[in-house]
Amino acid sequence: MRFIDAATITATVAELCQKANYELGEDVLRAFNEALDQEISLTGKDVLQQLLENARIAREEQVPMCQDTGFAVVFLEIGQEVMITGGDLYEAVNEGVRRGYRDGYLRKSIVDHPLRRKNTGDNTPAVIHTRIVPGDKLRIVVAPKGGGSENMSGLRMLKPAEGVEGVKNFVIEQVRAAGPNPCPPVVVGVGIGGTFEKAALLAKEALLRPLGQSHPDAEVAALEKELLEAINNLGIGPQGLGGRITALAVHVEVYPCHIASLPVAVNINCHASRHKEAVL
Amino acid sequence: MPQIRLTTPLTDEVVEKLRIGQRVLLNGVLYTARDAAHKKMVELLDRGEKLPIPLEGQVIYYVGPSPAKPGRVIGSAGPTTSGRMDPYAPRLIALGLKGMIGKGKRSPEVIKAMKQYKAVYFAAVGGAAALLARAIKSCRVVAYPELGPEAIHELIVEDFPVIVVNDVLGADLYDEGVKIYAGR
Repeated sequence: MRFIDAATITATVAELCQKANYELGEDVLRAFNEALDQEISLTGKDVLQQLLENARIAREEQVPMCQDTGFAVVFLEIGQEVMITGGDLYEAVNEGVRRGYRDGYLRKSIVDHPLRRKNTGDNTPAVIHTRIVPGDKLRIVVAPKGGGSENMSGLRMLKPAEGVEGVKNFVIEQVRAAGPNPCPPVVVGVGIGGTFEKAALLAKEALLRPLGQSHPDAEVAALEKELLEAINNLGIGPQGLGGRITALAVHVEVYPCHIASLPVAVNINCHASRHKEAVL
Repeated sequence: MPQIRLTTPLTDEVVEKLRIGQRVLLNGVLYTARDAAHKKMVELLDRGEKLPIPLEGQVIYYVGPSPAKPGRVIGSAGPTTSGRMDPYAPRLIALGLKGMIGKGKRSPEVIKAMKQYKAVYFAAVGGAAALLARAIKSCRVVAYPELGPEAIHELIVEDFPVIVVNDVLGADLYDEGVKIYAGR
């Protein structure tokens, strides 16, 4: 049995909210530099250079890379030997978001109700996904998700007969129709299988994988590569102004599913692909 | 096309000459507004009431900035997705709005209004929000403070970098770009 205090969780979440918004991931930086090499459009190269410069300024000055500091999407992996003390776990996470967004001069972008739409003023509540795992650690991932890219995401319940071609067509069409809106070059998370909601969660979890790391299953990795090529063939380019780099990566996650179903979810992320983690 | 410098308010004469792909450094006043503020403004227009900002010759920047750190004018301030304002934009364009800055495609209705009333749509680089903030020299809330980041702010900018995406001829840089680079 290991005890972890709610106050520690709050402090950790607050710090992760800020770091995720100020500091572009090393893997993303690498991907930008590779994209700069591969992009043939001069406008595209110019955009990528501005984004690199922007990332430098944000890190140095500790200011958000993007004004949309996102919905605080938090993944918790709790070891089953962990006991949380000193407060409610989810309240501790929300308090961390509250403090991180307040003290970090991050934007408060959440409204209390989808129809009444009054700003909650503190960027809470967070969306929290929890998994219980073996062990005695608490892994926290904070992945601020912007509205623009999220709005371009989609899900369809395909017929099994539509097969891998149906899956490919849906994913490619989703990115094509999004065009410039999600701030290309994008990172595409794809969830195939599970149920309606599981597919969506798979797609979001796929976004957390370091860029450049393919799926361990060879067939899925081949699908990722095919999708990336097809998407880059769309010619949308950085900021949709035309170019050969429309996506930095496509990550696919799969899960068993019903004999009657073939759910496919596409969660699009912008080029910043923000997420930071800590293990307590 | 070499980069050009423009100062708001913009005249028909200036707007008519702009073509898609033209890089522009904007100077002067910009007004910020997103969906919530646009909805309120259109409601005022429907009631025959006065708007909180002038429209004639003006440029609206679709942005919800993050809060300013102490000693700074504004937080990070990159463009939001313009499509959400499409239901409202034609009304404002018809009343003299000459420019909009955002990112992402506009609807056929907005493009038609730009052709008819002579207005342009500029894109700023989405996500280059810390970089773009450096071109903003002053910022004050002029309407709807209760909307927080979605309030209408009056910004004064110096060499704010944008590119013309839709011009008065109805051309669209997003379409032209894809045509050149697709399927290679």
